Amino acid sequence: MHDAEIGVLLGDLYELYGWDFRSYAQASLRRRIGVHLKTTGLEDIHALRESVRKDPDAMAALLRSLTVHVSAMFRDPEFFLTFRTKIAPMLSTYPYLRLWVAGSSTGEELYSLAIVLQETGLYERSRIYATDINDAVLDRARAGVYPIGPMQDYTRNYHASGGQRPFGEYYTADSEYAVFNPALRKNVVFAAHNLATDASFNEFHVIFCRNVMIYFNKTLQERVHRLFYDSLLALGYLGLGRSESIRFSPHEADYEPVEAARRLYRKLQ
Amino acid sequence: MIFVGMSLGGSRILPQILSGLGPGFSGTIVVVAHRHRVSEGELVELLQAHCPLPVSEALDKEVFRQGRVYVAPPDYHLMVEEDHFELSSDEPVNFARPSIDVLFDSAAEAFGRDAVGVLLTGASSDGARGLARIKEAGGTVIVQDPAEAECPIMPDAALSRVSPDHLCRASEIAAVLLKSPA
Repeated sequence: MHDAEIGVLLGDLYELYGWDFRSYAQASLRRRIGVHLKTTGLEDIHALRESVRKDPDAMAALLRSLTVHVSAMFRDPEFFLTFRTKIAPMLSTYPYLRLWVAGSSTGEELYSLAIVLQETGLYERSRIYATDINDAVLDRARAGVYPIGPMQDYTRNYHASGGQRPFGEYYTADSEYAVFNPALRKNVVFAAHNLATDASFNEFHVIFCRNVMIYFNKTLQERVHRLFYDSLLALGYLGLGRSESIRFSPHEADYEPVEAARRLYRKLQ
Repeated sequence: MIFVGMSLGGSRILPQILSGLGPGFSGTIVVVAHRHRVSEGELVELLQAHCPLPVSEALDKEVFRQGRVYVAPPDYHLMVEEDHFELSSDEPVNFARPSIDVLFDSAAEAFGRDAVGVLLTGASSDGARGLARIKEAGGTVIVQDPAEAECPIMPDAALSRVSPDHLCRASEIAAVLLKSPA
């Protein structure tokens, strides 16, 4: 599969459907298209291009393959520990809080944040905006139903992140699924938002965008960093994924790290 | 550009291999090691203790440099493009994240004949397919002799898919790398 062929496919997606993946990271695109070909049984990228041109359902399936990112609850427990111990006390000085989970995907990160806010007494004054480009994953985040399999891992992560309660308090489980407590999304607004094209829609005290920008190329990453900078209040906090450093962004000098190596940054005055 | 994959037992022999490269070594070395999440960060320190070259964890979109060693962060797939790293949080491949196949596939794609793939001891067949792709793309393939590997499953799986340019003991690999075109 040549980069030029991928370029042609992406051009089609944009012209026919308005989806713009031309600023996505190349190696991940190549991999995801490869995996998509395997799972759909399509012969090659030309066959994929044909099917997408003719069939909106094929487009929807490709959209899922290109945009869904896999997450976990309390992924990088140290990140949430820092949030709980260093940032939550600062946030408690505000009468109300607006938080944005950008690229929330199926919602694991969102529920993790909601739990920490609840345990630190901040939830009632919070409004959390959970956004994603993909409506289907937003529906799943809204439902809050997850396979039971990884719950043991999540429980371990939760405790490693400073959680003191039995994690099972937050969901009801049957043999297959864990259904998260609806109270956790009482103050959550779910909305479609495309980081590649849409503008800022509010001012936030906290923005989490973890392991989302790794799928973007450098140019789009810079756009998103500008968007976040413009959307954060002075002294607001930005949370990134473990492998994402602000060092490579145009706004490096506009933040200070909350704790070295934690990917939690505070916007300077 | 040198790409190293390993799992069980690898953290015992890779320091030895790296210590055999002089401080003037001009290649770039990229390592994917299967490891449990609890040991995060430790591999960088372990390697740095023995390696004359600077060792660090690869960051997303970081432009890589010659004479350095980069390690995949735990829980991410690591890929290379022409001049920089790309990370992904996609599903595990061969039950592994990072997966050696994912790194090797991208290495074959981006570097072709300039890629050197090294597969060491390990308890999984991850890396075998990717190593074959490096070979198909014209790159150089080095496999640790399964007879001396702490866990021969990984090198054995590779040998069933690809005939290596060098099949050698861990103690000989540094010398091969010093002579390789990368």
